[in-house]
Amino acid sequence: MNSIILTAATRVITPLMVAFSLFILLRGHNEPGGGFIGGLVATTAFALYAKALGVRATRAALRVEPAAIAVAGLGLAALAGLWGLLAGGAFLEGMWPLLTTTPSGDKAGLPLGSVLLFDVGVYLVVVGSVLAILFALEEDVAASSPEEAD
Amino acid sequence: MVLLTLALVVPLATAILTFLARRTPGLQRGLSVAGAAALLAVSLVLGAEVVAGGPIAATMGGWPAPFGITLVADLLSAAMVVITGVIALAVAVYGLGEIDPAEERIGHHTLLHALLLGVTGAFLTGDLFNLYVWFEVMLIASFGLLALGGRPDQLDGAIKYVALNLVSTLAFLAGVGLLYGATGTLNMADLHGAVPDLDNATVVFTTAALLLFAFSVKSALFPVFFWLPASYHTPSVTTSAVFAALLTKVGVYALIRVFTLIYDAGMPLIQELLLVAAGLTMLTGVLGAAAQNDIRRILSFHIISQIGYMVLGLALYTPLAIVGAIFYIIHHIVVKANLFLVGGVVKKLTGSEDLARIGGLWAAAPWLGVLFLIPALSLAGIPPLSGFWAKLVVIKASLEAEHYVLAATALVVGLLTVYSMSKIWLEAFWKPHPEPARAAGRGLDRGESWALLAPIVGLAAITVLIGLVAAPFYAVSTTAADQLLDPSAYVTAVLGARP
Repeated sequence: MNSIILTAATRVITPLMVAFSLFILLRGHNEPGGGFIGGLVATTAFALYAKALGVRATRAALRVEPAAIAVAGLGLAALAGLWGLLAGGAFLEGMWPLLTTTPSGDKAGLPLGSVLLFDVGVYLVVVGSVLAILFALEEDVAASSPEEAD
Repeated sequence: MVLLTLALVVPLATAILTFLARRTPGLQRGLSVAGAAALLAVSLVLGAEVVAGGPIAATMGGWPAPFGITLVADLLSAAMVVITGVIALAVAVYGLGEIDPAEERIGHHTLLHALLLGVTGAFLTGDLFNLYVWFEVMLIASFGLLALGGRPDQLDGAIKYVALNLVSTLAFLAGVGLLYGATGTLNMADLHGAVPDLDNATVVFTTAALLLFAFSVKSALFPVFFWLPASYHTPSVTTSAVFAALLTKVGVYALIRVFTLIYDAGMPLIQELLLVAAGLTMLTGVLGAAAQNDIRRILSFHIISQIGYMVLGLALYTPLAIVGAIFYIIHHIVVKANLFLVGGVVKKLTGSEDLARIGGLWAAAPWLGVLFLIPALSLAGIPPLSGFWAKLVVIKASLEAEHYVLAATALVVGLLTVYSMSKIWLEAFWKPHPEPARAAGRGLDRGESWALLAPIVGLAAITVLIGLVAAPFYAVSTTAADQLLDPSAYVTAVLGARP
């Protein structure tokens, strides 16, 4: 698509959207949000990029093949599960290595652990699989209508 | 229990690793076979554990049942996982000699192990909604495997397959939703206690009917079997074999599980539906096969007819009949996978699966004839092979329950199965090749013959073993059936002892 407004705006909006998607991913830890919805927002950012600048430019910007992103995400989620299994005894059990219990019974420290790892995995699976489908469709359309190919 | 989790983690990890290794075919193949072997090893340990100590359960994330997600293995689940492991190893090895390198590159091994993940998940889950999720995992992976080659006939089969299966999952989901609304739980052990307490008979019957429909489509019962003959003959033989062995059997497993643990198959109307469907499934399958002239199409229709025997066992709902159903499933998975694998070798040697265009194999490769006859005669129920005992138990159970028409149907269908198998025998092996120039066929090279023949010989050996030493297999089926009819051990393993 040749629209200078869209192209110029996309260059600004895409990084903002990706940053926002990371915010949603982290926010989902205790509030509405999370890996799935964050991943969809990030996907929208790349979809916009692909619309404005073409699929080839988006693939170059991503550097990694979408399917590989999805499988890497699946691997992270599986690792988060195994972590719980090996350290806690149950697959997917939440592990909080940086969290300690104070003498008064409260929790102190940084609530980072296997749950966030799992959520990051979900985020990557969503980004990778939706983009893989989207790119395949876009490239099919581009191949069947030569004047739109970039 | 770590074992239960491992049975799912192994195929998941193999699927991920084979994808990461997609640029190095040698490593990818090694990982695929190693993953299948590891799955078999884990399943054997799991099986031994359950035989020795009764049902075992594990909860995900440390949340206790019925709130968390439960994995549970009673003897039926464990036996199904063991047989899945056997088939996994057989098709992983067979694939080395058969799968097109282009299909390997775009993900055959990854999808195969994802499918195995879905199958083991469906066998091991203790939660009805999770069963739905595993069905979806299986559906996505099998759609990928069907469409992998990208030929028009493959896509045609894949679309029919997915469209009809989506209808069934929709019914499944509706049933699950209603049941959750009525009882507030989807843990199957919990439902075992909750459903009999429901005083609303309409809800019980509606949910039972929705689940019955969903699982009937999955197991290709009459009259909702159309997706199966439309799609099973199109992909690679390896894929056909794993589909033929496992996919419909997951449907039958779900029927047996749900209609013994949550509902009972003896409830009015459901039992009549199951009985009629079982009889008609046996008949339509075998008659459909008689009309076909392509090896894999004939074998696909025979899957349908054999499903009828298994469901007949459930529908009769006597202890002996359920033993028969379980024994039948174990026998059938091994035999059916093997017949497809032999069909693949026939195709390699003669260049076609169309019976009119091939022949002369008995002269060219008599060893293959023997390897074909073992599963073929077993499928037809000739003693002393495994199919004889399986049919014997089911027919004896239907005579004891005084369903003489169904017993007669089962016998006639057995006879017609012999007809189909002898048709393949006469056309592919006995008659001379229609083009004398190709009569000798092309040989297999050394690596190929190892990969293709080792699984066939292994599965044939299991068939003969089940036939000759039927007693231990029968004993396992009996114990599994006892655990199904009196699920107190299953419920205790999941929910803990309750006052």
